[in-house]
Formats: sequence, C-alpha cells, structure tokens
Amino acid sequence: MSIPLVTLLGRMTMALLATIGAVSAFAWRAVERTARPPYYRTQILRQMLEIGYYSLPVVGLTAIFTGMVLALQSYTGFARFSAESAIPNVVVVSLTRELGPVLAGLMVAGRVGAAMAAEIGTMRVTEQIDALRTLSTDPFKYLVAPRLIAGVITLPILVLVADIIGVLGGFLVGVYKLDFNDATYLRNTIDFLQFQDVFSGLVKAAVFGFLITLMGCYHGYTSKGGAQGVGLATTNAVVSASILILTANYFITEAFFAL
Amino acid sequence: MTPKISLRGVTKSFGDKRVLRGIDLDVAPGESVVVIGGSGTGKSVLLKCILGLMQPDSGSIKIDGEETTTLSDSEREHVMRKFGMLFQGGALFDSLRVWQNVAFGPIQSDGMAPGKAHEVAIAKLGNVGLTPEIGELFPSELSGGMQKRVALARAIAREPEIIFFDEPTTGLDPIMADVINELIVKCVSDLGATAVSITHDMASARKIGHRIAMLYDGKLIWQGAVGEIDHCGDPHVEQFIHGRAEGPIQMQVRKL
Repeated sequence: MSIPLVTLLGRMTMALLATIGAVSAFAWRAVERTARPPYYRTQILRQMLEIGYYSLPVVGLTAIFTGMVLALQSYTGFARFSAESAIPNVVVVSLTRELGPVLAGLMVAGRVGAAMAAEIGTMRVTEQIDALRTLSTDPFKYLVAPRLIAGVITLPILVLVADIIGVLGGFLVGVYKLDFNDATYLRNTIDFLQFQDVFSGLVKAAVFGFLITLMGCYHGYTSKGGAQGVGLATTNAVVSASILILTANYFITEAFFAL
Repeated sequence: MTPKISLRGVTKSFGDKRVLRGIDLDVAPGESVVVIGGSGTGKSVLLKCILGLMQPDSGSIKIDGEETTTLSDSEREHVMRKFGMLFQGGALFDSLRVWQNVAFGPIQSDGMAPGKAHEVAIAKLGNVGLTPEIGELFPSELSGGMQKRVALARAIAREPEIIFFDEPTTGLDPIMADVINELIVKCVSDLGATAVSITHDMASARKIGHRIAMLYDGKLIWQGAVGEIDHCGDPHVEQFIHGRAEGPIQMQVRKL
C-alpha cells in the first residue's frame, strides 16, 4: 500500500522538528556543562592537536590551490576590461571573507567531524559512555565539552593560517604566471584589505568549529545498533555539519555586510 | 535493618513494549543476588534502572533508604560513588592503557594524584591476578578473559559498596568463566560489598549468588536461596535451569 503524499510530508515535517528539538536540547546541555568545572585540560589539548595541528596539511593544500585558481580565474575575467590590478584584492577578500573559512570548515567537517562521530559512537555502542557515568564522570564534560572548546578555539587559528597560505598561492600565480611585480602584488593585497574582512572570516570559523564538533558529538552520542549505527552517525555528522556550515555562512555574511 | 537496595513497583516501557511490569526486590547489605532470565527479558534494563543509567517510568528505587529516581544529575554522581559496575563487553576505554582504565575513577572523580592512582591500579590488577606489565598494554591487546579481569579491577578500584555484574561469564570458555566467578566471589567478600548480578549462566548464578530471582514477562516470578532453586516447583524456573526448549516460556523474538 502506498502512503498518501500529505501523510508522508507531515511525517517528514514532524521528524525534522523532532530532530531540531533534540539537537537544540543537546547543544544547550553541552554548552551549559562546558561552562562549569571540572575542565579536562589534557582532553582539550588533545582535541586541539587533533582538530588543529593534524588538519594543517589538508587545509593548507586546499588553501594554496584555492588561492592559485582564484588568481587565474579572476585574471581571465578582469583582463577583458583591463582591471588586472584588482586581482590581488579579489584574491585576498574572497579568501578571508568566504573561501578560507568555508573550505577549511568543510575539510575539517570531513576529517574531524567524521572521526568524532565514529569514536563517540563506538564508545556509545560498546557501553563506554555508560561506564564513564558509573565512574562518576559526566560524559558531556569529559567527551563533549573538550571537543567543543577545541573546535571553537582552533578553527579560527586554522583559518588564519589558510588565509595566509591562500594569499601565497595567489601571489605565486600572480608573480610567476601573470607577470605581476611582486612588490606591487603585495601592496595591492594589503592596501585594500580591511580589518572586517579578516575578522568576519574568523567569527565564521569559530561558529563552524562549534557546528562541526557539535554535530560530531551529537550523532556519535545518539548512535545505536552496532557497526551500522556508527557508520550512519559518521555520515550524518559530515552531511549535517556541511549543510549547517553553508547555511550559517550566508547568515553571518548578511549580519556583517548586508547593511 | 534497612535494605541496601530496595525496589518497589518499578516499571519501564519502550514504546508499547512493557519491559518491566512492577519489580519488587530487596537486597540486604553484604548479600549477593543474581537475577536470571532469558535473553530479551529486560535484565539489563533492570540493572540500568538501579544504576540510574535509565529512568524508570514509575516506582521507587532506594539505595541505603534514599530515593534515587528523583535525583538531579549532580546528586546522581554522588550516589554513583557507591557503585561499581562490570559491563558485559568490559566497556574498557580503548584509548587508555590498562592501568589508566583501572585508575580512571580514582583520578577523574576522586582527584587522586596519578602516581598514587598508579599504585592503586597495580594493586587492583594484582587482586584479579594480573601482573604490573599488563597495566602498560592497551585493552585491544588483551584476550576476552583478560579484558573481563581488567574490567573487574576497574569496577572494584574505588572500593564500592555495591557492585553490579552484567553477564560476567558470557563469551568466556568454561574454565575462564569459573576463574571470573571465583574472582567475583573473592572481590565481593574482600570488600564486604553488596552484589547484584544478571546472568543466564546457571553455573555462574549458583557460584556467585546467595539468592536467585527469576525475571520473566517483566516480573520477578520467583525469588529464593540458591539451595531452593532445584525444588522450587515453578515450571518457568525449572524450564530455565534445565535449559529445555519445551515448556511455558516462549522465545523472545524482538530485541529490547
């Protein structure tokens, strides 16, 4: 028997609302617990290393090629009306405002969000989270809080590094391929760059760091049913974090620059 | 005398599936009670309700006369201090070394210095027959029986007043199962602890229990001393302890 379309639509809406409610409750509980001691410093440092340091190669590579392709593409466009001198500025503004945080966020979501969901999900299905509670340790404080804190602190640092490497990529293409004078390229980059360009990117990065770690923890924490459940949690963590990053990106941009 | 653990009318449902339909159970201090029952009869749910890992729908659970079903999370952590739990799969933290697993409770919850906690962990590993070198390994490097021993050492590390055992012998060969049973009996009597175990292994139940209770269809249908179980006269219990396919108990198909 086929299910009528309206029923299906209603069911999906209810499921969506239930998920939003559950995620919000989880997020609120996580933030509230994060704010209160005890703080597990070793766990926080470990997560910062995991999220930040070990993501450097992947984020660096993404940034350098993005910067390079930006310079190349804007050249083909701008050369048509002799506006080549705007290229350094286009590169640095696109990177700091948009591409740096968004691409770094998406890469980290794939790398770290998935690993988090898998690790916490496995701990859930092997009863390690229950074991934490029987040892009088709050899993939110021990598992979730260090990841959230590390995500919010490390992503902006990672994005700052990505911005610099991305500009370097644009610089290399500009100077060695498009025959820019190196000093002029750098001056054009810096002269038009505003504090708000970089700052808005870093705010985005902090928000993305929160979203990535929240999704990783939420899907891991609520996973059930063995290996299959953990696999599903991993997929969901990456997909939902990516969608939330792209959505949040628009609204943060609007808040900063729309007026 | 106040019972160490006292349950009255505890119920728990998942959807329309009524798993616990009114459990009454008293466990005296220093007593070891074993709850037996088939797979999927709600033994684990019962244990998790007493531990506070699950909230029962109704009924009262008292630990040392204190009602625990209405506790806040922070008060709950305090009551947890009295508990030790041996999980079915061990539930060892696989990112930590064996000694760190055993020392986890003392360090993280009781604020013991790591050096001191290391000594405590080695001593507890000794209690379950493991050498200090094993403390440096990771749980994934150990066999199932060794993991169970480490999990037992972790459960007794904080010298709890009440210890819970979830299927302590499941998945072990008969010899290792008996070793674990012996260790459980020894650890419980050394600590003078109260013990609640769930199992479907009758050899284990007879060895570690003073009293046995049988869970069937969401209720404790029989309770009595270990010696009485062989002539209890209850057809459900008799079918279970003799492991017969034929009888009043029908197999549970759906997992809880």
